[in-house]
Amino acid sequence: MRQGVAPRRRAPALRLFSFAWRLCRRHWRAGELSILALALVVSVAAVSAVGFFTDRVQQALARQSNLLLGADLVMTSDYPLSAEFSQEASRRGLLTSHTIHFPSMVTHAAESHLAEIKAVQKGYPLRGRLLISAKADIPATETVEIPQPGTVWVEPRLLEQLEIQTGDKITLGQRTLLVNAVLRAESDRAGDIFSFAPRLMMNSEDVSSTGLIQFGSRIKYRLLVAGNASEVAAYRHWATPRLKSGVKLEDVSDARPEIRNALAKARQFLGLAAMSSVVLAAVAMALAGLRFVRRNLDACAVMRCLGASQSFILRAHLLQLSMVGLLGGLVGCVTGYLAQIVLSRMVGGLLLEGLPQPSLLPALQGLLGGLAVLLGVTWPLLARLRDVQALRVLRSDLPVPRLANWLSFSPALAVVSVLILWTAKDARLGWIALAGLTVFLALAVLFAWLSVRWIRSLGRAQAGSLRFGTSNLARHPLSSISTIAGFSLGLMALLLVTLVRGDLLRSWQATLPPDAPNRFVINIQKDQLPELKSFFLREGLPPPTIKPMVRGRLVAVNDRPLDVSRFDERARRLVDREFNLSWAQDMEADNRITAGHWWKPEDAGLPMLSLEQGIAETLGLKLGDWLTYDIAGTQVRLRVVNLRKVEWDSMRANFFGISNSGMLEKFSASYITSFYIPPHRETMLNRLVKTFPNLTVIDVSAIMMQVRSIMDRMAGAVQFVFGFCLAAGILVLYASLAVTSDERALEYTLLRVLGARRRQILLAMLTEFFLVALLSALVAACGASVIAWFVSHHVLNLPYLFDAGLLAWSIGIAGVVIPLAAWVGLRKALNLPPSQLLKST
Amino acid sequence: MNIPIIEAIQLGKHVTSGERELMILHALDMRVESGETLAIVGASGSGKSTLLGLLAGLDTPTAGQVKINGTSLDSLDEDGRAELRGREIGFVFQSFQLLPAFTALENVLLPLELAGLENAVELAHTALRRVGLQERLGHTPGRLSGGEQQRVAIARAFAPGSRLLLADEPTGNLDPATGERIIDLLFELNRERTTTLVMVTHDMALAGRCDRVLRLEDGRLH
Repeated sequence: MRQGVAPRRRAPALRLFSFAWRLCRRHWRAGELSILALALVVSVAAVSAVGFFTDRVQQALARQSNLLLGADLVMTSDYPLSAEFSQEASRRGLLTSHTIHFPSMVTHAAESHLAEIKAVQKGYPLRGRLLISAKADIPATETVEIPQPGTVWVEPRLLEQLEIQTGDKITLGQRTLLVNAVLRAESDRAGDIFSFAPRLMMNSEDVSSTGLIQFGSRIKYRLLVAGNASEVAAYRHWATPRLKSGVKLEDVSDARPEIRNALAKARQFLGLAAMSSVVLAAVAMALAGLRFVRRNLDACAVMRCLGASQSFILRAHLLQLSMVGLLGGLVGCVTGYLAQIVLSRMVGGLLLEGLPQPSLLPALQGLLGGLAVLLGVTWPLLARLRDVQALRVLRSDLPVPRLANWLSFSPALAVVSVLILWTAKDARLGWIALAGLTVFLALAVLFAWLSVRWIRSLGRAQAGSLRFGTSNLARHPLSSISTIAGFSLGLMALLLVTLVRGDLLRSWQATLPPDAPNRFVINIQKDQLPELKSFFLREGLPPPTIKPMVRGRLVAVNDRPLDVSRFDERARRLVDREFNLSWAQDMEADNRITAGHWWKPEDAGLPMLSLEQGIAETLGLKLGDWLTYDIAGTQVRLRVVNLRKVEWDSMRANFFGISNSGMLEKFSASYITSFYIPPHRETMLNRLVKTFPNLTVIDVSAIMMQVRSIMDRMAGAVQFVFGFCLAAGILVLYASLAVTSDERALEYTLLRVLGARRRQILLAMLTEFFLVALLSALVAACGASVIAWFVSHHVLNLPYLFDAGLLAWSIGIAGVVIPLAAWVGLRKALNLPPSQLLKST
Repeated sequence: MNIPIIEAIQLGKHVTSGERELMILHALDMRVESGETLAIVGASGSGKSTLLGLLAGLDTPTAGQVKINGTSLDSLDEDGRAELRGREIGFVFQSFQLLPAFTALENVLLPLELAGLENAVELAHTALRRVGLQERLGHTPGRLSGGEQQRVAIARAFAPGSRLLLADEPTGNLDPATGERIIDLLFELNRERTTTLVMVTHDMALAGRCDRVLRLEDGRLH
């Protein structure tokens, strides 16, 4: 048949590559590779998108959190900072700005009040924004300006106290300055909520002319630094050893704990979600690989018959899958990249605004990870194609080669395990997930085996189609066990992520509920307490809980003077200042004892102290320690009887140290409270300040808005990444069904040839898949609950809520969706005339 | 003396089923000369397909040996036998054995691509045109009739220019009229290419068209 055409042969390597490429194209066109490729796309997209997310979102959130500092890094000192710090920062290409803070009396006519002065330079703030308005009662606008020399911006509270308006002049030291704007919000006020006096912002050029900067003045000098994250970190590394005593460095990790916690938890959850997607995609790939191999056994027998060597078949298929892996991986990377763009839009442009593009590293990691999983899980299966007997072309009854043993999957398990540990981005979470998955899989297989045995024992108890459906499960025990285990694993991963996601979102919502306190009131005197309660009642508001506060310095532990040299920077800072101590008979609802016991009423008068767990750890204090505080010159010894975990995020007044009643009452105390004022009731605050002029009201609503905005955006990120898990879960479902669809189609056709009606077959099929769904969902629900409890409790430190409703729903949904999906997949085979199906098989 | 294209010497095959040993082929001797057409006939289960499998090196004998063009299949490993098949042997099967995901053209291309021929597409086109399927190049087996599928299989068998053609019940899955046309085509191409044809069949009329007929009974050739 070569009439007139002479053969020309290719070089062997080219021949292999060319053959693999053609094979790949043909299989792709015939849809043989679609599940495999889709699983790969989802896996790579999840890994790379989470890589991009955690990279960009983390930077974005860190920057958002940095708004609370007004910079990425803040250096604070009691004396002017050496010029070398700002010079070095500029040399590294970082932005800098100096601010000066001091308290001073501000005077207008006969009125004189204390204000927190902040002198700023052009460029301030480096992060965040300033909101100003021409008057106190009109909407504020954002500005990038600072007060011009000779002018000041003041907070509304100072306007009220001095009874002035914009356009009036005030006296500050030796200068008279024009008030030309109302300062409505400074984003870096958040880190400074307990600076009690109202703010006056001025231009730093005017500071010297006020004559207020003198020896002994209480002045804080700040150097704000911002720029590229790695450069800021390098700068911090450079600056830290050069800091003299009394100079402190702060970055986002020193900022508010609720943001730090939320950030850490979001990162852990994103890791968990990405990891689940990888596990699901690996299962989908293994199932799709199994289907691919089954469908290609005969084709490989033909190829061997037509001259292909075993090694050629293996290499050609490996190359083919590598091509799929590379192409699918690239599509996955692009999808991952696009997904994070969608995310950035979804969670609000502000979050990722102005951020540098993510690096290519997450894409490369996703690509290599995806390829490794694909080749890892399909390699043992490909060996079956290599080992197929050429004689199958003559004798289709010959058995197909089986896997040598389960050990052949060990490289695949190793690859998936490494990827789990890597995507988790948290060693503890990774190991827990890995151990959980292993134990779960073993139990799922055991449960499936017992179920199949039980079904077999039912024998012929049921009628007709139902019997056929149930006995079909018992007839193919290996296939049934692997299907139930596969479904269980898929459902469990989905449920796990759903449950943990619920815990995380609930915990974030609980952090700042809509009625979380938005005002603090301090400086309340003991004799004002009854009057203050009456004031709230008159205003129709519930009287808030008012807590006493005394200030004391920790001077000795177990009667030994405090040795600050063994403390780190943070601990030194803590013991350098006075602690706010309080006393209470009962524990606050948002506190939780972690060691020891809360006191009983009969313990009143005993020297007992309840210590916040974090500070105890920082200062190396433990239960039973005797702490000596210096309170207004008197030394008080208190014994640590319990450690408490405090929800600092709750915006309620909380204390590091609380004594039982009868110990601190003798000292002069001031009182503090926090409460929620709805926006439309804010005029009540004016009446409060007028009635109690000595009180200081601190508005934390702006901070809360910022914190809420950060948490909302992270919730968006969490929801979005959850979408990948869902996609991967659906793929597992599809792949599980597809892997046996050819055999089922043939089996159903034969039944129809033998006289079974379509309805009977449909009922049998639905029965079988309903049973599979029920068994899988049951084991998945139990497994997911246990692992979710473990992850929530031990990794994310979240309260775990056992959601029986969700589990019941998931079992119900699986019981409907899985049989329905099976019907969708096989309905074509059920509707075709048997002759056509027999012909095509 | 010419080297026979196929030589079977004391060829035997037995399988063990439980504790029983089942003898399928008993010490067969046969020679097939180049260009000859030979039919092997026998009832179902007589061992025809087993013999064909051994002659093609798809299976290994438990006794004796097979030589193709003077090369003993015993001296070759699995891959060596595959290479020899690719070089020397074309196949036509009762169940066509076309790859369902591949088009007619791609099925014919398969042995040519496996052989690494650069002009495989040209050769496959020529082969399909010769069997009258130039209009059906892009059709997958599912969209071809049984007769058309077998014509694709014949094109695939002849396209690489194999010197030996082994056919296993080539009309077994076809109606008599279509079967007749397929056999006409097979013999026509065999004559054109002076190929050696060994055909396994239980159809005596079909066997009658060959130069020589061997009957396989109880594992022995008569």
